Amino acid sequence: MTQPALRLEGIVKTFPGVRALDGVSFDVLPGEVHALMGENGAGKSTLMKVLGGIHQPNEGRILVGETPAVMANPLDAKGKGIVFIHQELSLAEELTVAENIYLGELPKKRWGFVDWETLYERTDRILKTLRVGFDARTRVGTLSIANQQMVEIARALTVDAKAVIFDEPTASLTDAEKVVLFDVIADLKSQGVGIIYISHRMEEIFKITDRISVLRDGQYRGTLNTAETNEDEVTQLMIGRTLDLSRNTSHHQLGEVALEARGLSCRGLFEDISFEVRKGEVVGFYGLVGAGRTEIAETLFGLRSPTAGSIHVHGKEVRIHSPAEAISLGISLVPEDRKSQGLVLGMNCRDNMTLPQVGELSSGPFTAEGAEIAIFEKYREKLDIRTPSWKQTVGNLSGGNQQKIVIGKWLSMNPEVLIVDEPTRGIDVGSKSEIHNLIRELASQGYAVIVISSEMPEVLHVSDRIVAMYSGRIMRTFTSEEVTEDNLIQAISGIEPGKSAEREPVSA
Amino acid sequence: MADVSDKRPATSETGREDSKMAGLSKASVGTFLAKQGILVAFVLFIIGFTIANPRFIDPDNVLGVVRSSAILGVMALGVTFVVISGNLDLSVGSMMSFSTIVVLDLHDKIGPALAIPAMFAMTLCLGAFIGFLVGYLRLNSLIVTLGMLSAIHGLTLTYSGGQNMDIADKSGTWFSVFGQGEALGIPVPILMFLALAAALGVILAKTPFGRKVYAVGGNGTAATFSGIRRARVVFACYLISAFCVACAGLIQASRSLGSQNTVGQGMELEVLAAVILGGASLLGGSGTIFKTVIGVLILGFIQNGLLLVGLQFYVQYVVTWIIIILAVWLDIAAKRGRLWSPIA
Repeated sequence: MTQPALRLEGIVKTFPGVRALDGVSFDVLPGEVHALMGENGAGKSTLMKVLGGIHQPNEGRILVGETPAVMANPLDAKGKGIVFIHQELSLAEELTVAENIYLGELPKKRWGFVDWETLYERTDRILKTLRVGFDARTRVGTLSIANQQMVEIARALTVDAKAVIFDEPTASLTDAEKVVLFDVIADLKSQGVGIIYISHRMEEIFKITDRISVLRDGQYRGTLNTAETNEDEVTQLMIGRTLDLSRNTSHHQLGEVALEARGLSCRGLFEDISFEVRKGEVVGFYGLVGAGRTEIAETLFGLRSPTAGSIHVHGKEVRIHSPAEAISLGISLVPEDRKSQGLVLGMNCRDNMTLPQVGELSSGPFTAEGAEIAIFEKYREKLDIRTPSWKQTVGNLSGGNQQKIVIGKWLSMNPEVLIVDEPTRGIDVGSKSEIHNLIRELASQGYAVIVISSEMPEVLHVSDRIVAMYSGRIMRTFTSEEVTEDNLIQAISGIEPGKSAEREPVSA
Repeated sequence: MADVSDKRPATSETGREDSKMAGLSKASVGTFLAKQGILVAFVLFIIGFTIANPRFIDPDNVLGVVRSSAILGVMALGVTFVVISGNLDLSVGSMMSFSTIVVLDLHDKIGPALAIPAMFAMTLCLGAFIGFLVGYLRLNSLIVTLGMLSAIHGLTLTYSGGQNMDIADKSGTWFSVFGQGEALGIPVPILMFLALAAALGVILAKTPFGRKVYAVGGNGTAATFSGIRRARVVFACYLISAFCVACAGLIQASRSLGSQNTVGQGMELEVLAAVILGGASLLGGSGTIFKTVIGVLILGFIQNGLLLVGLQFYVQYVVTWIIIILAVWLDIAAKRGRLWSPIA
């Protein structure tokens, strides 16, 4: 049997009051892509921090190759061949690719001057193996997110990596960019590097991994061979039950048109956007990152001014200049990025949830704390938000619970139109299905809902109609009966039926 | 990376209960020291000063310290709003000089009853101007208020022609009541400080506006996405700051009934020191009026103590700086002990 590249034996990590990791053991073989899955809060991040030397395990040991290794700090872990490709990139945008890759270890000439020639030469040699379209002298700030990720990977290749850990690497990549990333992972694999791949996205897991290890509540639940299992089995292992992602077939009685856009344009972002959303209807917006979906939502919410076209709420033309105006018209937006746009992380749960209506709730000069707590408790129960109390700082909650706070915040406004942008990004399967159910339920209660998502199964699952966007334009609007995965992909890639294929622009 | 955090209440408010549970681990003692270190240091200072000079805890001295801290304190109350909203105000020192000079000058020209509202109106105009630049035009508050520090100083000198300002008939005016008067045996400046602290404390902690100030400072983008008119909130914070400066100028003018052009010079740093010492974060989103009052008192007592043990007055400039550094360092250390950090 092959010697594992990395082996974890009975790792236990406790924090005051909680066993975050409770005897986790698995191994990663050289040349294997090993998925690590689990809900948010299952202990994946803690495990990675133990591997990366940020936390020390209370029990258990880590073996790199045959030798037990103690990771005293992140640098130590890197020195031992454990390399992380983080979800959030940590590059200096003003420096060149080469400088970023060798930061801290720049080759030097006499008197301590940088040996630029050697630096660029070495960097270009690594970049060549990654087959990227930029060179060592490119400034990192000018690269796309996908290419910046390539720089991170190049950095990982400068050390003799035994194991490379990818943490949600595709979170902000387009489909085309994912293909390149998967090629690189395949290359690393063929070089005999062990790879740990953390992701919530089942499609990817089944496409590129060899084995899947699952954590639940800090405990190791088992390792499956990817070829011999299926999504249901993995989900079952992760959350203890199966997940329904079937097509949406139930249609409710549709009411009047709640929101309509006519020829809406915003120069350089989107053009000639016309659609309507009825009460009781879920309209999905599907397209690649950068297709203009979020920008449309921001325009409807008064964060951008349209350069042409009009917005109609309940048949009446309106001009929306600020979120405050949008809110008073009954429009709510659950934004794309909950941490930077949705929440004040340092504030408690209640204050976050009632923020848009803190003024309206109070009858006198003071805040109506009792009414605010009542609202929080109502939505805590309704959305099953897990927190010890409303006093808890939101930054301390898990991603799924944070997202529920943002959703609760906008539901409590009783909006006519609810826009949700990437409602399940970065949250675990269990919470995901709860949020899907919630969106359907809201429609059945007569809300008009717009869902923007980059995940096809999600769009297919929740929408009554799907608007397919490509490069700032609506390509086609499907009913849930018409839509297939094929015609949807064609539409968002800019291919119109009967016309010659238009190449998708690949960003630099 | 808030992955395990919903099960691990090892941060912020709950941190101290944890330490009891876990039998006071080393880490939680460290966190406690980082959070409360300034109070611990304060107690040590008081004990040290009292040993060096027992007059330090004499009631007269204590009252004197509070009284002389009142002007600084009143200004710090306003700056607390600005800092919590995520901005800075370095113009309060020269703005206070301006208020003082203006009210003294107008006192003899139009009488105190008109001079006071006129001075308040002029000072509020300055605050509104800063609030417009920082709030509505979204200019960096450090640059704007640093510029205003200098610009207002120039304005004051132009107004006064570079001359010191004095009230002609110092004994025959009721104007002295704000700086020298007493009510119920308590000096009026202290009463004004406490009354303002109470009013502003309630506004900050108990009103929708106060909540919005925290939201704007904690995450301005999220506040905007929640329908809060960020510019308006920032604007209001600078108006409050200017109002407090006008009150401070009133006390200052009334106390001496005459003044130099530079009376508030350098106070912006002391004010900021007091606010940070109280625990408001320079990044915005945290702090309270009560904590600022504590910060003001700590600063006042330390400066007084240094004088009583015989150090030169000028040493306090150095000490103030050291205290700012110490407070900022403790603030960051406490943050780093947290699970999430707003910076990284």
